[in-house]
Amino acid sequence: MEPFKTLKGIVTLLDLPDVDTDQIIPKQFLKRIERTGFGQFLFYDWRFIDGEGLKPDFEMNAPRYQGASILVARANFGCGSSREHAPWALLDYGFRCIIAPSFADIFYNNCFKNGILPVCLSESDVETLFTRVRQTPGYTLSVDLEKQEIRSDDGLRFAIEIDPFRRDCLQKGLDDIGLTVAQQDKIAQYEAKRAAIVGAAL
Amino acid sequence: MAKTLFEKIWEGHVVHEEAGKPSLIYIDRHLVHEVTSPQAFEGLRMAKRPVRQPALTFATMDHNVPTTDRSQPIRDQISAKQIETLTNNCRDFDITLYDLKSPHHGIVHVIGPELGLTLPGLTVVCGDSHTSTHGAFGALAFGIGTSEVEHVLATQCLQQSRPKTLLIEIAGERAQGVEAKDIILYIIGQIGTHGGSGSVIEYAGEAVRALSMEERMTVCNMSIEAGARAGLIAPDETTYAYLKGRDYAPDDYEAACKDWSTLPTDTGATFDKRFHFDITALAPQVTWGTNPGQVVSVDGRVPLPAEMADENARKSAARALEYMGLKENTPIEDIAIDHVFIGSCTNSRIEDLRRAAQVAKDKRVASSVNAMVVPGSFAVKQQAEAEGLDRIFKEAGFEWRESGCSMCLAMNPDSLKPGERCASTSNRNFEGRQGQGGRTHLVSPTMAAAAALAGHFVDVRE
Repeated sequence: MEPFKTLKGIVTLLDLPDVDTDQIIPKQFLKRIERTGFGQFLFYDWRFIDGEGLKPDFEMNAPRYQGASILVARANFGCGSSREHAPWALLDYGFRCIIAPSFADIFYNNCFKNGILPVCLSESDVETLFTRVRQTPGYTLSVDLEKQEIRSDDGLRFAIEIDPFRRDCLQKGLDDIGLTVAQQDKIAQYEAKRAAIVGAAL
Repeated sequence: MAKTLFEKIWEGHVVHEEAGKPSLIYIDRHLVHEVTSPQAFEGLRMAKRPVRQPALTFATMDHNVPTTDRSQPIRDQISAKQIETLTNNCRDFDITLYDLKSPHHGIVHVIGPELGLTLPGLTVVCGDSHTSTHGAFGALAFGIGTSEVEHVLATQCLQQSRPKTLLIEIAGERAQGVEAKDIILYIIGQIGTHGGSGSVIEYAGEAVRALSMEERMTVCNMSIEAGARAGLIAPDETTYAYLKGRDYAPDDYEAACKDWSTLPTDTGATFDKRFHFDITALAPQVTWGTNPGQVVSVDGRVPLPAEMADENARKSAARALEYMGLKENTPIEDIAIDHVFIGSCTNSRIEDLRRAAQVAKDKRVASSVNAMVVPGSFAVKQQAEAEGLDRIFKEAGFEWRESGCSMCLAMNPDSLKPGERCASTSNRNFEGRQGQGGRTHLVSPTMAAAAALAGHFVDVRE
């Protein structure tokens, strides 16, 4: 996993609440057995007309947003299916940071496994971002995970609230399976203890 | 100190805890399907890691599989490859697989309980959000992503931060024709699609005690649609009776039941949040929008977005009505449908099929409607056929299919065409969920069967 330290990038918008993972990456693209190559199918039904031309009324399609690495969205982003193909598609498209008033739990968790930083800001802060981004073509934000701060060139400043352990893993690009494997003595002890109590029921 | 059911299971599964870090939690049962697992097995191979406890992982293929004649090869080459990949992975890593030829084949959340793999007090995970289903047995069961599937395969553990607890007490006796599906749709409508975020819900109260095991599964299944990590129902005699004699039920069953009887939430235990609902006056529910919280009683009308106080709800409703091709204020019973889907991990078990068949008996599906019944497992299909339910459905004009997820998510050939409208017993009415441009209304099996006959929604209480 690529470490996440700082990021400065173009911000794009998705002005809908309850964006579900079926929309982020529709099911017809879940049949691949790789982790890569999903970006081309991101928001497929919203982005494309019959899978070909770009839909002009989908905000993210506007030329000014191309190359964006930060997505600002609405509440309950990533609800529905647990498919990790959703963060894979967002990452592959180029997003490293997603800002929303709230995220669905499984999606939020899946982001950290893939080096994406999900940031919860208040409804009003998100609203401010929507307004500023629309007013200013090429609007960028700087995300500093070390200082836990998001800054804009026009003076906005938001604190990033994040679990310290998650921040650490993201900054170092840690393989958390490796961390658990390092605890295998404790796992073995637990298994021995449980087997003694519940036996075959385990 | 008085503890909740959740706290008892959680604390019994902590392998390691350190201040400022998530807890390391042991996983007793890991269920695997073909869509969310290939990259996890690939990860193991790349890191040269073995599966720590192959005997605690069980696999099946359900999402992609055709529900038509199984003697024919799978025509979709990419689906076929994903299914073959799971077969190879299970062989290489020594994992039990219930494949398309197995008498135990079925939707992962139907066969887990059927086999007795799901037991009270266990931790159960699967790379599938509807893993919450298994909470009906008093097991802590939740959906995970593919990285966590790999994590469980490699370590039999997960790093988890402790969720909050939410108690939903349900009182009252439901009216004839009102089902578990109506109860959970109503609750989601009340608390919202993220009303349960960050929490494990425990459902309790007299109305929950009165539910059969299969009905409890329907309720817990849709906990995720309220944004919850998991849903739980304390085990009781209903639970013990259901599990007795199942393939993986404990040998010393009496001792196990005695152990399970210590699990229910202690008197005086505290929850982070509580809700209370009474279902005495509850009517059958029908979703009108594109999330499961956008729901109304069958005797109600499509809402008027302009009357909604919250701006986000208003915008979301207006957009949903446009997608759904519905006019505000239309009586729900006036909505005509093109398709009926009876199936999915929410409502494809034998009791669901019995209730739907009771409605369909000696009747005909409306000529404008294409209706299908997809049993949740091969065992459900066999049981239904032994009871003659398949004949009732076929004589009424329903298609009778093989088990699988089918049109719940339309990864296989069963899908809606743009603009088609479906009364579905599944769990998600998201845009495009049942096929690009398809329009889904979530209902109970009884409501779906009645809609198939009438060609539009009808109040099954009448």
